[in-house]
Amino acid sequence: MRNALLGLAGVAAFLLLLETVPHTGLVDDRYLPPFSEMARALGDSAGTAEFWQALGDTLRTWGTGLALAFAAGTAAGMVIGSVPALRDATASTIEFLRPIPAVALIPLAVLLYGTGMEATLILVVYSAFWQVLMQVLAGVADVDPVARDTARSFRFRHRTRALRLVWPTTLPYAVTGFRLAASVALILTITGELIIGTPGLGRLIAVAQTSGAVAPLYGLVIVTGLLGVVVNLSARLLERRVLRWHPSVRQETAR
Amino acid sequence: MTSLTARTAVTPARSLGSRLRHHGRRLAVLLGLPAVLAALWWIVSERAGNFFFPPLSEILAEFGPTWFDGRLGHDLLPSLGRLAAGYALALLLGVALGVLIGTRPALRAFAEPVLEFFRAIPPPVMVPILMLFLGIGTTMKVVVIVSGAVWPVLLNTVEGVRGIDGLLHDTARVYRLRPLTRLRTVVLRGASPGIVTGARQALSIAIVLMVISEMFAANNGLGFSIVQFQRGFALPEMWTGIILLGLVGLLLSLIFRAVERAVLAWYRGQRQAQRGGSR
Amino acid sequence: MTTTTSTDELLSVRGLRKVYGSGPGATEAVRDLTFATRAGEMVCIVGPSGAGKTTLLRCIAGLLPPTSGEVTLDRHPVSGPPEGMAVVFQDYARSLFPWLTVAQNVDLPLREKGVARAERRRLVAESLDAVGLADVPNSYPWQLSGGMQQRVAIARAVAYEPRILLMDEPFAAVDAQTRADLEDLVRDLWHRLGITLLFVTHDIDEAIYLGQRVLVLSARPTVVLEDVTVDLPETRDQLTTRNDPRFHALRTHVHGLVQQAKRGEAARRAAA
Repeated sequence: MRNALLGLAGVAAFLLLLETVPHTGLVDDRYLPPFSEMARALGDSAGTAEFWQALGDTLRTWGTGLALAFAAGTAAGMVIGSVPALRDATASTIEFLRPIPAVALIPLAVLLYGTGMEATLILVVYSAFWQVLMQVLAGVADVDPVARDTARSFRFRHRTRALRLVWPTTLPYAVTGFRLAASVALILTITGELIIGTPGLGRLIAVAQTSGAVAPLYGLVIVTGLLGVVVNLSARLLERRVLRWHPSVRQETAR
Repeated sequence: MTSLTARTAVTPARSLGSRLRHHGRRLAVLLGLPAVLAALWWIVSERAGNFFFPPLSEILAEFGPTWFDGRLGHDLLPSLGRLAAGYALALLLGVALGVLIGTRPALRAFAEPVLEFFRAIPPPVMVPILMLFLGIGTTMKVVVIVSGAVWPVLLNTVEGVRGIDGLLHDTARVYRLRPLTRLRTVVLRGASPGIVTGARQALSIAIVLMVISEMFAANNGLGFSIVQFQRGFALPEMWTGIILLGLVGLLLSLIFRAVERAVLAWYRGQRQAQRGGSR
Repeated sequence: MTTTTSTDELLSVRGLRKVYGSGPGATEAVRDLTFATRAGEMVCIVGPSGAGKTTLLRCIAGLLPPTSGEVTLDRHPVSGPPEGMAVVFQDYARSLFPWLTVAQNVDLPLREKGVARAERRRLVAESLDAVGLADVPNSYPWQLSGGMQQRVAIARAVAYEPRILLMDEPFAAVDAQTRADLEDLVRDLWHRLGITLLFVTHDIDEAIYLGQRVLVLSARPTVVLEDVTVDLPETRDQLTTRNDPRFHALRTHVHGLVQQAKRGEAARRAAA
C-alpha cells in the first residue's frame, strides 16, 4: 500500500518534471514540449480514425507474429527436446542462429514484401520464436529423469508420454517463454513499422518525425511505452494465472 | 555443457583410438547439421535462380571484395566502436543507478513504475526523439544505444541487489566491513547474477540499436552498408552484410558467455549443490 | 546466582526490552532482561523455542536496536556492531559469502581490520587448521558439507581474534556426531584463546555440557528465569561429563525450568 503510493508519487514527480523542465530553458522547448502539450497532441490524435487504425494494425501484427512464434517454438521445442539425438544435432545450429539480430533481416524483408505487414511479421516471428524455443527446450530437459524412466519402463506410448509427462513439466517454461516473446514481439513490431514503414504506430512515429510534429511524436512514443507496460503486465498476469494451479507452484506455496 | 566436461574428464583413462573416435563423434554432432544446411543452401540457391536468393557461391565470392577492401575499417569498426561505447556506458549507468535504487527500498518503490515504463518503450522509437536533440552524429548513435540498453541492466541490478541474503549484510556489519568493501565484495558480487542477466538482454538490444541508428541516418556503419546494398539491389553484397552481422552477433554472444562463465562460476556451482539437495 | 563484580565485567545487559512493530499489532519479544558476563566466561542461554533468544543475541551484536534498556561492552554502550566482536549464525549456508573461497571468507574480515599480509596468512592457516579444514582453503563453501561450512564460519570468527564471540544455535542444523565434535571444538578454542563466549541454544544438554553458567529464559515476553551455575569439572568430554551424576542433576533442574517456562506460556495463552 505504502509502496503503491510511493510509486504514484514517483509518476507524479516525473510528470511534473516533464512539465516544468521545458519552461526553465534548460532544454530547447522546440525539442521537448511540456507534458501538457504532449498530452494535448495525444488527445488530438486519439480523435482520429488514423490513430485507431494504426493501433489496430500494430496489435494485429504483434498478435499474429506472437501466435505463430509460440506455436512453432513450442512444437519445435517439444520434438527436439524429447529426442536426445535430435537435441545434440541441433544444439550448435541453434546456438549459431539465435544471436543473429532480427534487424539483419530487414533488407531482405523489404525486398520480399515491400511495406506490407508480412515484412514486419518476419522480424517478429524470427525474434519471438527463439524466446519460446529456448524456454521449451529447458522445460523438456527439466523432466524428472525418474519419472521419465518410469514412463519408459511402462512402455507408455509417445503421445501419452508427451501429454502426461513432458507437457506438464514444460508448461511453466512455455508460459515464461510466451511472456518473454510477447515483449520482444512488440519491440520488433514497432521497429519494423518504424524502419520499413509497414502500417502501424511505428509508421505514425516516422511520419510525425519527418513532418516535424514534435508534440505528437512524443505522444505516440508515450503510447508505445504504455502499450509495452500493458503487454508486460498482462503477460505476467497470465503467467501467474496459468501457473497458479500448476503443481510446481502449489507445492511451493504450501511449503 | 556439464555432461561434456564430465565426459572429457574420463577420457584420459581411455585408449588413444577410442579417444579419437570420441572426439570425432563430438565434432560430427557439432558440425553435422550446420554442414548439411550450408550444403542445402548451396545447392538450392545454385539451381533456383531466384533474384532475392543469389547462389551461396556468389555470396561467398563477394564477401572478400565487399568487406576486406576498406569496408572493415570504414564501416565495421565504427559500428563496433559505437556499440562498445554505448554498451559500456549503459552497463556503468545501469549498475550504478541499480545499486543506488536497490539498496534503498523507499526509493525503489518511488522509481519503479517510471522505470518500468521506460523499459517498456520499444527502444527504436527513441531514435527520432534523440535525433531532435543530437542530430545524426556519433553522439546520437551512442546515446540511442545507451537509452535502450540501460533499462534491463538497471532493473535487473535492482532485483539482484534486493535478492542478496540479509544474513550476508549482517555478517558484513558484524565484521565491520567498510562501505566500499561492502559495495565491492557484498553488493556487487551478490547482485552479479542479476547484473549478468540484465547485461545479456542489454547486449542484444544494443546490437539492434547499433544497426537501427545507422539505418536511420548515417554515412558509414554496418547497418548503413546493408541498407545501401539493398537500395542498390546489390543482392549478393547485401547477403554478405547479413552474414557479417550474424557473425558479429554470434561472436559477441560467445565472448559474453565466456565472461559469464568466469563471473558466475560460484553461482552455477551453488545452484547445482542446492539442486543435488544432499547437503 | 553468580554475582559479577564490576571490575572484570565485560558485557552487561540491563533492562533490555524489544517490541516489534507498533500500535495494536505490536509484539513484545523481550520484556526485561538483565545479566552480565565476566571477561573469559562461557555463558549458555537456553529457553523454549520462540523465547526471543535470537532477538537478544541480535541486540547484543548491535544488529538490532533495543526498544529500551541498554547493552554495554566494556562500559561502552552498543549502538552498532562493536569492535572485537564476532558472531556465528545458525544458518551457516547463508552467512558465508558463496563467491569467496573458504580462505577468502576467513581472510576478508582480517583485511578490513588492517592486519598485515603475512600475519593474515598465518591466522587463516592456523584457524582453518584448528577447525580441521586445513586441506580445503581453496574450495567454495557450497562444495562442503553442512558441518564443514559451519566450521568455516567458526574459523572466520576465531581468526578475527575477537574478545567476545556470540554463537546463535550454531549446531542446530548439523547431524548428531558432527555436533558433538563441534561442541568439543568450541570448548577447546574457548580454552585456548581465553575469549568470552555467549552461546545460544535450545538444547539443554548442550548448554550444560559447554557452559560455566546457563541462563534460562522464560517464554515470550522474555525474562531471565534463573542463572544456573554449572559446577562441573573444567575438563569435560562427551562420555564422562554426560554421565556425571551432577550433569544429570543440573539437566533435570534446567529441564524443569524450561517446562515451567512453556507452561507459563500455555497459561498465558489460556488466559488470553
